Amino acid sequence: MMPLAAHDHESGIRENPGSHTHDHGGTTDATVDMVTTLAGTVLPNPVLTASGCAAAGRELAPFLDPAALGAVVTKSVLLRPRSGRATPRMAETPSGMLNSIGLQGPGIDAFLEHDLPWLAARGARAVVSIAGGSVEEFAELARRLAGAPGLALLEVNISCPNVASRGQVFACDPLAAADVVRAVKAESGVPVLAKLSPDVTDIVAIAGSCVEAGADGLSMINTLLGMVIDTDTFRPVLAGVTGGLSGPAIRPVAVRCVWQVHAALPGVPILGMGGILSGLDALQFLLAGASAVSVGTAVFHDPSAPVRVLAELRTELARRGITRLSDVVGAAHREPHR
Amino acid sequence: MSATQVSARVVSNEPAGAYHLITLNAPAVAAGAEPGQFIAAAVGGPQTALLLRRSFALYTADPATGLIQIVVAEHGPGTAWLVRVRPGTPLDVVGPLGRPFTLPAEPGTAVLVGGGYGSAPLFDLARRLRAIGSTVHMVVGAGSAERLFGTADARTVADSVVVTTDDGSVGVRGLVTDALPGLLGPRGVSAVYACGPMAMLRAVGETAASYDVPCEVAVEESMACGIGVCMTCVLPVVGVDGRSRMVRSCIEGPVFDAGRVRWKDVGTLPVDVLGADAMDGH
Repeated sequence: MMPLAAHDHESGIRENPGSHTHDHGGTTDATVDMVTTLAGTVLPNPVLTASGCAAAGRELAPFLDPAALGAVVTKSVLLRPRSGRATPRMAETPSGMLNSIGLQGPGIDAFLEHDLPWLAARGARAVVSIAGGSVEEFAELARRLAGAPGLALLEVNISCPNVASRGQVFACDPLAAADVVRAVKAESGVPVLAKLSPDVTDIVAIAGSCVEAGADGLSMINTLLGMVIDTDTFRPVLAGVTGGLSGPAIRPVAVRCVWQVHAALPGVPILGMGGILSGLDALQFLLAGASAVSVGTAVFHDPSAPVRVLAELRTELARRGITRLSDVVGAAHREPHR
Repeated sequence: MSATQVSARVVSNEPAGAYHLITLNAPAVAAGAEPGQFIAAAVGGPQTALLLRRSFALYTADPATGLIQIVVAEHGPGTAWLVRVRPGTPLDVVGPLGRPFTLPAEPGTAVLVGGGYGSAPLFDLARRLRAIGSTVHMVVGAGSAERLFGTADARTVADSVVVTTDDGSVGVRGLVTDALPGLLGPRGVSAVYACGPMAMLRAVGETAASYDVPCEVAVEESMACGIGVCMTCVLPVVGVDGRSRMVRSCIEGPVFDAGRVRWKDVGTLPVDVLGADAMDGH
């Protein structure tokens, strides 16, 4: 497959020719211990898919082995089947995109019958993203998923911008966010990650509230609420008017959020995401304090992106003389290591 | 027939009327491709800020040479880059993707209708139909002469050809649907296949239905990924169980039974679509 060369290395960090295939010619790569622990769950490596960017894993099977990833994060599942919004649902933006899907999905019954067993049968670890319109719906989803084979973690999507109330998501209110997390924790048999929105004044306050309510870790960030207007029709491009901005355009915002939360709550595990296209992008998140990363919008550009990012990350760590991935987690907060 | 991701070198890139015909060396894609399937290409090169793939119907796919061809119309920054891409450039291509046209079990008489560069996938389809003994009539139309694609091809792959243009600059003045009654009325046509703009597909589907002829159409919906994960290319389609769903045109399509597509509801969320009731309040 075609390598994506380094996208953003204006700082002059070396580019990365020839490191994009999975089989590594040299021996240095293999010596890097890529194992990570996310919210108490040991994962063979730190690269995951991102919710809403990998369906439930099956569509990516022609391009990657879902079991080769740290885990597959599934598209947010709700109690009932959901049609999603009218089209147009997406707009391309500079180094990113807006989406306004509206959480289309088959509902928890079909997910438990078809999707989760498919992942389990392939030995993939599943981080199941759940979404609901009320605290009770979130709790019911956690109850339905408890004990399901293949389930490694729950990601509580309290921050999807594509909901009827738009900006007024649970993740914008520390008390509402805590209510959801507490209810899910009471029902869940696996560790719970709260997925946070960057569209808040103080993400550290929301993070702290979720942790206090029992969150075992935090996923950050969800998309930023955005909008594009068609200058021919004079109307919003998206049928849903506003949408979630993702892709490399939001990466600095995401790295900043991870940095701030890790600085304030250094003991809280973080799954970092937002515009990761390369191994070096992933490394930024780890250095900021994430224990693992999700590769999301990059999959639309390159369906094998998660395994490519993993291979690149391994190579880049080896080049820097790092033998254990866990050594770089949060390293940007410490004195320079060399 | 499973999709693969390949680095495909551009063999040639030539103007074809208002369009560009791009030939790529992609043996793994060509090997399993069926008429009606498409590819999704990354655009803009290694430093691109254009993240979304562009999807193109396969015009030709030759397993013997390993070459595939697509037809590109310039109408945005991604296609502007593509129509200028030089021979030798590697393109990141995923394909073949999507559900192809259904070939009949028995030879029959087929009418193939293409609008603009939407006619691209119909020529390989015509060859396949002729190979199994079917008679093929083609209708190729566009707004004007330079927006027609493949009229010369049509004459080599079809038993009869009607060319229409809205402005009458070539062929019969009018729409492709104007030519259909003359073909569907007397000839015992067993199937209609169409590809082109959505309004044309709807009109062709309705005309075919009025003559009780089965009709398959390859739809044009904008796609971000082409592989079924982004959920942007959906349209309302009636399932075999009679239930309407928002289905992905990249996976369940792009070829649909025209009678199952809820044409007038495309771009809306009909209240009776599965799961529309769950959109309230959240």
